[in-house]
Amino acid sequence: MKALMLGWEFPPHILGGLGTASYGLTKGMAQQEDMDITFVIPKPHGDEDQSFLKIIGACHVPVVWKENSWDYVNQRIGAMMHPDEYFRLRNGIKYDYRRIGTNDLGCIDFSGRYPENLLEEISNYEAVVSVLAHQLQFDVIHSHDWLTYPAGVFAKQISGKPLVVHVHATDFDRSRGQVNPVVYGIEKRGMELADHIITVSDLTRRTVIEKYHQHPDKVTTVHNAVEPLDDVDSFVKTPRKDKIVTFLGRITMQKGPEYFVEAAHSVLQRTKNVRFVMAGSGDMMNAMIDLAAKRNIADRFHFTGFLKGRAVHEMLAESDVYVMPSVSEPFGISPLEAMQVGTPSIISKQSGCAEILTHAIKTDYWDIDAMADAIYAIVKNPAMYKSLRELGREEVNNIKWYDAGIKVRAIYDRVRR
Amino acid sequence: MKNLCFYFEIHQPLRLKRYRFFDVSNNHYYYDDFQTEERIRALVEQSYLPANLTIAEMIRSSNGKFKCAFSISGIMLDLFEQYAPEIIDSFKELAKTKSVEFLAEPYAHSLASVFNTGEFETQVKMHSDKIENLFGKRPVSFRNAELIYSDEIGELVSKMGYKVMLIDEARHILGWKSPDFVYNHAYLPKLKLLVRNHKLSDDIAFRFSDHSWIDFPLTADKYIGWIKDSSPDENIVNIWMGYEAIGYFQHYSSGIFEFLKALPYKAMEQELNFILPSEAGKKIEPAGSLAVPYPISWSGHEKDLSPWTGNDLQQEALNKLYAVAERVHLCNDRPLKYDWLMLQATDHFRYMSHKDPFGTNYESPYEAFINYMNVLADFLERVDAQYPASIENEELNELLKTINNQEKIIVELEEEIAKLQKKKNAGK
Repeated sequence: MKALMLGWEFPPHILGGLGTASYGLTKGMAQQEDMDITFVIPKPHGDEDQSFLKIIGACHVPVVWKENSWDYVNQRIGAMMHPDEYFRLRNGIKYDYRRIGTNDLGCIDFSGRYPENLLEEISNYEAVVSVLAHQLQFDVIHSHDWLTYPAGVFAKQISGKPLVVHVHATDFDRSRGQVNPVVYGIEKRGMELADHIITVSDLTRRTVIEKYHQHPDKVTTVHNAVEPLDDVDSFVKTPRKDKIVTFLGRITMQKGPEYFVEAAHSVLQRTKNVRFVMAGSGDMMNAMIDLAAKRNIADRFHFTGFLKGRAVHEMLAESDVYVMPSVSEPFGISPLEAMQVGTPSIISKQSGCAEILTHAIKTDYWDIDAMADAIYAIVKNPAMYKSLRELGREEVNNIKWYDAGIKVRAIYDRVRR
Repeated sequence: MKNLCFYFEIHQPLRLKRYRFFDVSNNHYYYDDFQTEERIRALVEQSYLPANLTIAEMIRSSNGKFKCAFSISGIMLDLFEQYAPEIIDSFKELAKTKSVEFLAEPYAHSLASVFNTGEFETQVKMHSDKIENLFGKRPVSFRNAELIYSDEIGELVSKMGYKVMLIDEARHILGWKSPDFVYNHAYLPKLKLLVRNHKLSDDIAFRFSDHSWIDFPLTADKYIGWIKDSSPDENIVNIWMGYEAIGYFQHYSSGIFEFLKALPYKAMEQELNFILPSEAGKKIEPAGSLAVPYPISWSGHEKDLSPWTGNDLQQEALNKLYAVAERVHLCNDRPLKYDWLMLQATDHFRYMSHKDPFGTNYESPYEAFINYMNVLADFLERVDAQYPASIENEELNELLKTINNQEKIIVELEEEIAKLQKKKNAGK
């Protein structure tokens, strides 16, 4: 089974949960013996783990025919792509893309991020995939998130192979209902033309059915999992006088940071030996600093700024409680990461991961009282902390990407029939 | 001759309201009266009252041959008095027929038998007083909350003067033995043990209206037939269940009431006799003794205490609660004593179970724990206000010592008097 996967991020250079999920899923699927995955991303950095799949950088695929010598190509992009492959792919150019600005190799430069001209990058990515669709052999196309839906649809039209789109988030989650019509249009078209839709939670599945009007039979939930940490024992909790309660993620409307501040205020009225940490950055950060000051808790409320890589796990491991008050979270992988390092988690019922977690406290995102009560119980009650820590860790260690991969595989088998 | 022993358990907890940590030391009322009342009313109307009428009719139509026992927890009696006094009258009517027996149990439907023997004895006495007060007869048979039993508990119960105790059919205790005999306590042969017949009890309580059950529909004919056809030496079949099985879990429309009404006729046709636990203890010769070194209960497959004490949360809550038992005993504050009882109901701990939170009104065991611990925190503060922690260790211990040693000292002094008297007489 050969799958052509279209994605936007791949570790180690990631900007959000999409990259982590793409990595975990492909790694889990690669454990199936006959699975052969080619993963296309806009701009690889060369340090991606390619041991279990093949990565193609869209910025190394020619879309405009340029005459170049083997040696020159080798010198330019040899480290990332074999020149033979470059020439083979060049034969797949069937359309005139000279309107797009290309470099001396006929390739497009991608930022690989979420730039201002995102829509232009999306259509450039579509052009690249058309070349791949003509030249590569594959049995199924798998598009991750709306950025790659147009490319997936085009690849399906060219090759006649079935298309599976994977919804990691919808614009309804990102905007608390204020959807961008252009984004909605791209998402809806992708879903309409897909042979099957995978959602990361039942919550997202409902959004897809109700807001994008898809037939329920066509939509299947495959919950995300979490990649086991090899060095889990290296993250330790330093003993300290004060308990630490952490919010970690983008400080944006979607993540509900203001509820965390209010809960902190409520807890601090009763007890002093607790500190609250808001890790991450985002457009609501300054508003949150103001709010903490207004509530008169700024001496116990700390901001760390953006964290990445190992620092994320270190922060989680140092915490006594992790709180994710997201207003709308398609899945939300970070509570699973917190539980991996033994930190009890409080999550909103409006997050997809609540569907698969038992040993986490679930509250409504707006229910500040319940959230404060849960925080208080965990920091004040060692039995509660211990129970959540041990049972939570055990639970998370049993949520495996391999199982998610098997479910995806079943969908592949279904759409190919 | 085979005997049928029916017994129904009636207990509902006083449900706790949503109690947040900021209510601690501000609000001393812990109960959700609305939820409790609604539940009690529903149970009384759909189950207890019609079931009582049915049983009254069964007794009447069989000329008092049909007999059954009830165990109603003290908490439940309080709640009945408050929300459904008519059901108390209905039980009084039944008591007059002399065909029903009321069993003794710890007042608060608590785990005190395992955690605090002093508290256990107090509660059992309270409950027996209440039963005597209401129904005019002091109980002679005993059943513990959740049918918890061990040799140790049996010894306590026997010392309190009860002659018969009810236990569950735990496979690891009985082994090849049948539940359909009367047994003895391991080393106190005066205490008789009756064992619940698990299969025949659950056939009515859980399977009666289950359409996927192979023996559906269950008729009185069939049921009595099973009992009749069992091994002829087995002389007692104990059919015990929660009373709400009649009419609530097995709905009126399932025909449960008609089934019950037909039972006495069919039983008499087959020459089966109905018997009360106290009679069984007197009349039936015990088949042997049962050793139960570790406590058993009537729950789950394991039949142990794990549904209430199995995880860290439950252990924590129970330890914190019973740690203040001694101090509460010294208190005279009535509201405090009332809350002390209500907080001991086994249900609160059951709701914290990860594997089987039966009957819970919480979304998760953690939520149950958070809420209970907040309530408990306030309760402990109130206990502390009565006996501040600072004097607890020195003075309170002194006080307790004086009280406990009182009798010993009296005996010693009396002996001394006797000795001196003798000396004096000898001197003469």
